[in-house]
Amino acid sequence: MFILIVGCGRVGSSVARSMLREGHEVSCLDEDPESHTRLEVGLDRGWEDLGGRFTVGTGLETDALVAAGIEKADAFIASTNGDNTNIVISQIAQRRYEVPTVIARILDPLRAEWYRQQGLHTICPTRVAIDMLESAVREGAQREAV
Amino acid sequence: MYIIVVGAGKVGWNLARELLEKDHEVTLIEANRRRYLTVEQELEHNVLYGDASELWVLERAGIERADMVIAVTGDDEDNMLICQVAKDKYEVAQIIARVNNPRNRPHFDLLGIKPSVSATDLILRLLEHEVPEYGLVHLLDLQEEQLEIIEMLLGKDSRVTGERVGDLSMPEGSLLISVLREGKGFVPGPDTVLQAGDEVLAVLDPGREDDLKELFGPASGGNGAG
Repeated sequence: MFILIVGCGRVGSSVARSMLREGHEVSCLDEDPESHTRLEVGLDRGWEDLGGRFTVGTGLETDALVAAGIEKADAFIASTNGDNTNIVISQIAQRRYEVPTVIARILDPLRAEWYRQQGLHTICPTRVAIDMLESAVREGAQREAV
Repeated sequence: MYIIVVGAGKVGWNLARELLEKDHEVTLIEANRRRYLTVEQELEHNVLYGDASELWVLERAGIERADMVIAVTGDDEDNMLICQVAKDKYEVAQIIARVNNPRNRPHFDLLGIKPSVSATDLILRLLEHEVPEYGLVHLLDLQEEQLEIIEMLLGKDSRVTGERVGDLSMPEGSLLISVLREGKGFVPGPDTVLQAGDEVLAVLDPGREDDLKELFGPASGGNGAG
């Protein structure tokens, strides 16, 4: 599978490494050239030596998306640090380039929920944290009661 | 009308002030605290502090009853998102988005955000208007009607100078609507004879520009619209 990841921060770079290790073709796009360093954390060889690709640019630049290989991508992950950027670029991937699997990381639970209802595959880390915290508190309260 | 303006930069602030003067009800939303405090000194309760890409902020501004949402922040993604949720989630009748980088315009179109306004584009068009070498100037898109209006300046070597309008073989889906000659505009009849220096306006189906350029352009090669 060819996976394009836009936004190579902590989340994007980890997913990129895992996917590459599992034998997928992985291409990363980030506006900060320095994020390439983050990609190579914990690797014994260079990112490109291992078969990975890295392009400098933003997800709104059509040229950068094409250079990063969006036209042949099977999966697209939007994991920049901006919710609105992720929402917009994943719709571009979906509607314009018809990438079969598109996943957007959205921190704001309200926006994540609404765009999920609109047919976007959204991952909301904040929602996950809220649920985990709530159940941890409930479990604590139950133990207390017993 | 109740109008929500997002982004209290120069554009948003001036816009809000003008709209208030025209007796509209206006809420201007600004996410930067310092900017908000500055603008609030003048516009008082018409300014709301918050990030309008947070849905609850839009709801607090009363988006459910808004007739129009205008997103003029300096960030194209924010403008796109705000207009998209205004239109699709809150069913606001009219949206207007500002495009900061004209290269992003196709993305606005893709998400169905119309009309979108780009100052850079407008200035480029004015420039084209002032510099006739560009040939055909795109004046207006009528989006509902799926028509556009263009202007052309006829050069001395134009294929149609000296021709009767009635004899022109106008491409299908195009119509000559006016001629500006020596500072005076008029609607041409079949007997109007076109002259070099005439500025002609035509209304046409999108995609017909090249046919028209061909017809009104120079008789042999080159770019004679100037």
